[in-house]
Amino acid sequence: MKKGNTGWYLLFTAPLLVIFTTVVIIPFIIGIYYSFFEWDGIAANPKVFVGVDNFLRLFDDARFLKSTWITTLFTILAVISVNIVGLTAAVLVTSKLRIANAARTMIFMPYLIGGLILGYIWQFIFLDVFTLIGSITGLDGLFFNWLMDMDYALYAMVFVFTWQMAGYVMIIYIAGIQGIPNDVIEAAKIDGATGWQRFKKITVPLLMPAFTISLFLTLSSAFKIYDVNLSLTGGGPANSTEMFAMNIYNEIFGYGNYGFGQAKAIIFFFVVAAITLTQVYITKKREVEM
Amino acid sequence: MKMLSKYSKEVLLFLAALFFLSPIYIIIVNSFKSRQELYDNALALPEKFSFQFYAEAMEKMGFLSALGNSLYITILSVLIIVVLSSMTAWMLARTDNTLSKIIFMTFIATMLIPFQTLMMPLMQLMGTITNELHIPMFNTREGLIFMHVGFSSSISVFLYHGFIKSIPITLEEAATIDGASKFGVFWRIIFPMLKPITVTVMILNVINIWNDYLLPSLTLTDKGLRTIPLSTFYFFGEFTIKWNLAMAGLMLTIIPVVIFYVLAQKHIIKGIGEGAVK
Repeated sequence: MKKGNTGWYLLFTAPLLVIFTTVVIIPFIIGIYYSFFEWDGIAANPKVFVGVDNFLRLFDDARFLKSTWITTLFTILAVISVNIVGLTAAVLVTSKLRIANAARTMIFMPYLIGGLILGYIWQFIFLDVFTLIGSITGLDGLFFNWLMDMDYALYAMVFVFTWQMAGYVMIIYIAGIQGIPNDVIEAAKIDGATGWQRFKKITVPLLMPAFTISLFLTLSSAFKIYDVNLSLTGGGPANSTEMFAMNIYNEIFGYGNYGFGQAKAIIFFFVVAAITLTQVYITKKREVEM
Repeated sequence: MKMLSKYSKEVLLFLAALFFLSPIYIIIVNSFKSRQELYDNALALPEKFSFQFYAEAMEKMGFLSALGNSLYITILSVLIIVVLSSMTAWMLARTDNTLSKIIFMTFIATMLIPFQTLMMPLMQLMGTITNELHIPMFNTREGLIFMHVGFSSSISVFLYHGFIKSIPITLEEAATIDGASKFGVFWRIIFPMLKPITVTVMILNVINIWNDYLLPSLTLTDKGLRTIPLSTFYFFGEFTIKWNLAMAGLMLTIIPVVIFYVLAQKHIIKGIGEGAVK
């Protein structure tokens, strides 16, 4: 750096770096430190150093292990469902239909509303509208209050999450589809490739970057879900939908187990990082150059 | 695709769009009904349109105060994020040394940290700052703005950095030779060129900050400071059973979002698309 430039460098970067360090970096470091202690969060009470005990205890925490399983199941179902709906919508919206623009606007709409409010809206729909439809049509095996059922409550979460995220993912796929040059498709048409062949051999490989981003976004947001969880099911019935994020929140602020809860939070970080990085690595490898 | 005729695709897409919008219909019709009418048939149109429940919900939620808080917090946070992260990203992108690389990599790496990993130690640190330095971080909208800026900086710097890298440096060099200071070069030449990515950064952050529940719930306890998601949460805690009133309350929270969407629709969809492929 040339002399005199250091001042400018600081002027431009220091304000944000100070805020970023205070809000993200320092808490992250303190967070690792806290995870080795047993502490109830009250400043006057002692922090007892317990080493890696908090981490070992995780394996005995049945509720945490259950929430691990639920979160995994939810994430798998949600990622599949969001991406199928989003990609289908993107293909339809880009195929020159008259209602394409209106449909794109409507499908994206839920994403803007926000998870907490969406959860409340759907709570009412499952409670009142589903039971009503069930009694009118006689299909009460399908239309009943899913939120009261231990298994269906999780599907309700997948359903609402899909409703929220599909429009967002659709926009990414639209951007990807529009990035595919027309002449490639035309050339394939002339060579006699059918619609399905063109989709499989040209569209999908050239869409790989869009897949990378969409999968990354759905995977990480499904794994970290909190707002919808809180307002739709509150973790119930009987903790059957208590995801990771909620379990950690409850452990720390609900039961006052600050050290143990923080150990969970650190593990949470490693799991999120490992899963998303692996996914990005795998899908990136499959991306093709034009 | 020849598998589906154009006509059936049209119908399929229409049904999908209708399905995505159907909850809005349900909220609207039920926000005008009495409790009895709602329980008789939640799908039917209301007998009469009276804004009685809206008035009641508005008062019980403290809606106007929440709207004001949400607007203040979101607008100020996003403005600060745009100014600070564009400046930082420009310096990092244009100063090719180890320090810049390390700082940039730190921004990227922290994007993987979930909020739950930071929330408890962050609250502890904010408590210390409040008590020791006497800067009130809790129960002030400015404290919350400070934290929003910190959490949004990674993604914002990342987006700006990618965009700046694609701008040729020659223009800046010419301006410097003409005697412009760094400050002048950035604000007069670079910042106007960043407009497309600024729109993306603004939209992503508006959506995130406007809808955020957890961070405000941890930092704001004063009733008068509640944001829209917070007041909705407390409203539901108290009035879950009165669904007709709740529907009017939910409709109130959606109206500002719909207005924002109608006004900025083109930019929102384009901004989200560009933010994603960068």
